[in-house]
Amino acid sequence: MPDRSEEATGGTSTPRVEARDVSRRYGRRRALASVSLTCDGGEAIALVGPNGAGKSTLLTLLSTLGRPTSGAVLFDGRPAATWGLAVRRRLGVLGHDVGLYPELTARENLTFVARLFRLADARARVDAALERAGLSARADDPVSAFSRGMRQRLAIERALLHDPDILLFDEPFTGLDESASESLVARLTGAREAGCAILFSSHDFESAERIATRAALLDAGRLAWLDGAGPLRGRYRDARVGLAAQVRDEGAAR
Amino acid sequence: MTAVLAAAWQIARKDFTVEARSREIIATAAFFAVACVLVFSFSLVTDGRAPEGVAAGVLWVGVAFAGTLSLGRLFERERAHDTLRVLLLAPVERPAVYLGKLLAVVMLMTAIAALLLPFTGLLFDQAVARVAGWLAVVLLAGIIGFAAIGTLFAAMLGRSRSRDVLLPVLLYPMAVPVLIAGVRATAALLEAAGPDLATARLWLGIIAAFDAVFVTLALWTFEAVMEE
Repeated sequence: MPDRSEEATGGTSTPRVEARDVSRRYGRRRALASVSLTCDGGEAIALVGPNGAGKSTLLTLLSTLGRPTSGAVLFDGRPAATWGLAVRRRLGVLGHDVGLYPELTARENLTFVARLFRLADARARVDAALERAGLSARADDPVSAFSRGMRQRLAIERALLHDPDILLFDEPFTGLDESASESLVARLTGAREAGCAILFSSHDFESAERIATRAALLDAGRLAWLDGAGPLRGRYRDARVGLAAQVRDEGAAR
Repeated sequence: MTAVLAAAWQIARKDFTVEARSREIIATAAFFAVACVLVFSFSLVTDGRAPEGVAAGVLWVGVAFAGTLSLGRLFERERAHDTLRVLLLAPVERPAVYLGKLLAVVMLMTAIAALLLPFTGLLFDQAVARVAGWLAVVLLAGIIGFAAIGTLFAAMLGRSRSRDVLLPVLLYPMAVPVLIAGVRATAALLEAAGPDLATARLWLGIIAAFDAVFVTLALWTFEAVMEE
């Protein structure tokens, strides 16, 4: 498990990531509307919602790759912009696409990232990551020869290579078989228990509710609810039915 | 500064490894550039001689077209596999990403220019060997200027659906001063009466000035360009 000491986390032992009244527009399209949520160390929030609800947009803004149209993203109470490069050392981000170079081998993909992060023990970390991904035997094969699941496992290890304490994972269970999903649940649960703050989106409710301490439903860019852990499917279905009825009522009122 | 250069080198080295495995850009761009020079030679060379100054223009047309192809494809690769996100999430200054990409483009364009130069010399009956050193300096300086502004535009257009059309439309008007100066310097070096080094130096100075402006401008604006 990652070391959550002050040195490892850039000066704090309690990571906290916060979206404060965050909105995001792309031209005339509203992707997020006044979303506020906070995720502390030791917490895992599952973001659920239909396609296009704004889950990936929220994770992109939290990962500092985009700026909110209004509102703010804060890390440990400080605006993201004031952190400079330091915050990127704390973020472990898994995008919707795997973000691997197909022409490079599994080892080369990880080594490239290790060098960009200037990790002192790069070789040992890469070997350990390949082992955890179950890819040691295929370490020198090009990623283009890998299945979707193998790529996903490698991408997950790439995101965790530098021991981040804030994890932002977009659909991490995509392409994983049952065994790999179990491993990921164990890995993320372990990271959460070690003090990481985790936000992840998922349509795999069974796996998500085993990791999450809270769940948030995003719908049409709005945060419809944010509450404690527990069975997700029933709550999700009820909330979606409620939202649909609300939209119908609003339409009728107009 | 050392960290920026080290990260830039890692990015360029990665691009070089990817290209060495796929040979996608170099093969396409080199084939296109060679075909371009060949077609011009059929049209312009009669009785084994071409009009004075034409070879320089043809050489730069080939280099510029090959550069445009390389620029577009280099960023398309990062976009297609969502690997640009990985670069931008690394704890490296944005200029390092720009410099890494610039270095990769310069290396690719230089390799193509190294192929085109003797080929153009052969087809247009130009004595390139006697001023090979000077030609190398002029080509490298021009390639840096062209790639400096091209890398910025290619990154800027990364998310645009019309990027393939827009890249040359934006790039060529801006790169015209470098291309003109490159053609004039090359033509001065290839003069039949002997190389006109004074004129070549003058144009080389102009290219160097544009290189400095373009690289500075790009380093200054790259962070804003890469915002989602």
